[in-house]
Amino acid sequence: MSLSQQKFLLYAGLLLAGILAPFVFPNFTFQITVLWVMILFALTWDILGGQMGYNSLGNIFFFGAGMYVCAIVQIGLYYDVAQYTVSSGAVKVEFTPEQYFTGLFLGIIAAALSSVVFAIIFGWVVFGLRGPYFAIGTLGFTLAAGELVGAWEYVGGGGGIALPIFPGEPDDRALFFYTLSFIPAICTFAFLRWLYSGRFGLAANAIRDDEEKAEGMGIHTMRYKTTGWAIAAFFLGISGAVFGNMIGFIEPLEVAFPTVTFGIFMVIMCLLGGKGTLWGPVVGATLFHAFKEVTWTYLLGWQWVALGALIIILVVFFQQGIMGWAQDKWPERFGIIVEGADTADAADQKAAQ
Amino acid sequence: MTEMVEVRGVSKAYGGVLANDSVSLDVPEGRVTGLIGPNGSGKTTLFNSIVGYHPIDEGSIKFKGEEISDMHVQEIARLGLLRTFQQTRIYSKMNCVDNMLISAPHRTETFRSMFRAYPHDLTEKAESLLEFVGLYAKRRLISGDLSFGQQKLLEFAMALMNEPKMLLLDEPTAGINPTLINGLIDRLHHAATELGVTLFVIEHNMPVIMNLADNIYCLANGKLLAHGSPEEIKKDERVINAYLGAHFEADDKD
Repeated sequence: MSLSQQKFLLYAGLLLAGILAPFVFPNFTFQITVLWVMILFALTWDILGGQMGYNSLGNIFFFGAGMYVCAIVQIGLYYDVAQYTVSSGAVKVEFTPEQYFTGLFLGIIAAALSSVVFAIIFGWVVFGLRGPYFAIGTLGFTLAAGELVGAWEYVGGGGGIALPIFPGEPDDRALFFYTLSFIPAICTFAFLRWLYSGRFGLAANAIRDDEEKAEGMGIHTMRYKTTGWAIAAFFLGISGAVFGNMIGFIEPLEVAFPTVTFGIFMVIMCLLGGKGTLWGPVVGATLFHAFKEVTWTYLLGWQWVALGALIIILVVFFQQGIMGWAQDKWPERFGIIVEGADTADAADQKAAQ
Repeated sequence: MTEMVEVRGVSKAYGGVLANDSVSLDVPEGRVTGLIGPNGSGKTTLFNSIVGYHPIDEGSIKFKGEEISDMHVQEIARLGLLRTFQQTRIYSKMNCVDNMLISAPHRTETFRSMFRAYPHDLTEKAESLLEFVGLYAKRRLISGDLSFGQQKLLEFAMALMNEPKMLLLDEPTAGINPTLINGLIDRLHHAATELGVTLFVIEHNMPVIMNLADNIYCLANGKLLAHGSPEEIKKDERVINAYLGAHFEADDKD
């Protein structure tokens, strides 16, 4: 069996497992749904953090922005948003199934596109910063965004918004949101796999390894950075829109802009799996999610301590991550080889000349 | 003979230090021009000024008749004016072929071409240039794992991949062993004569630069001290006093 056949079988098997998972483990549908969200988080963080070496602590901004834009579209299509948020809970608001699905569909599209616009503006502000300044700059921007939304009464301020209720049975609802989390994650992976295989992947890596050199060689560094950031924002916007509706109630600090939970998890997952690789974020997200679910169940009360310990171990002893470690261990499997026969040939040719 | 680069009255100060003091020089097209001078005489500063790494305080720099002193590094690079570094700079976590591919010219790049895969002939070109510098067998290795000398050769190959009109080389032979140096000189000659790349070279290795360059400028204390053919420079009293030292003639004879 050739390598490409093996790869095809691997992808087909994983895709099938993803489709069958909620039917085989119906009790874990919610956990597996969140796993797909986590995989999307890790993959999109890695575009800048891993491939380009720009460690952002503010990517979660696009998640929250997408969530709020989607909510405003869903509600605003049929009601006055300000009245809706003020009367939240006091007045019963009805959405017909048609209104619900139309609103959600248009909301997701608006979330994705507006996140791209935010990324272009946000990037224009922060891409002058390098290294730790970039990390802190993006973190500050996102914290500020959360606070500002919390003070914005139109979208319910700190009290949040209750989103339209899914018109159907709880089991159908779970499967519906499973699908809406699964498909974007798969699309992100497929898109990035294609993206990294061409010019974009190499330019991103060049910026990571030596941005000044890349500038000196004429690479359009700003264009690549903004584009990478916008791609991450696009998928995160979709993810935020879906996640907000799955939770059903959104508010700025814990759900939409959770900088110290999801915002940090993105980074840890990439570090664990191996940043700057295609599979690293996927592997890291899966292991991290499992670790988190296990500690949150069996070590309750100590779960944050366990998480902190994991972070320290990763940062101190295992910086290259699982994929990085595998590449060090089996370099030839990653195509890192000296061609012995060729060396001899070259020597012969030299001698002949 | 047309001038590739015309530097007129360029001054650049760092804090209180005047690194370049009203320097004027010409680099003729299709030739090899040398730049020598003691450490701290402002050679690298002049290189940085030409390729736009920092703004200059005074003066004018023209590339093929176009004023470039207020342009950005990337724009200048895309015009075809490129430099290599004294401390070699490559993309150290990528393999050699990828280092070469990403160095292909970005002159005509559009938003859409950012997403394209590399055409096959570009890979072939990258591999033939790696062959040219003797790194073909190691082309799949991570470039940061190569020896310093090999990294230097890779950086030179990357610069050629960019199809520059002119290349500024900052001490190309520093840190390279003597046998490799001869090979490197041949390759520099090849680049100048066969590929038509104008070279402007900073070098401390006198036999190398005397052999390589058609004409040489000497800087001292940020000022232009002398200009002439290698023979003239060797005999120039001011250059001998400031830089070469009286024993240079004796060294050169053996």
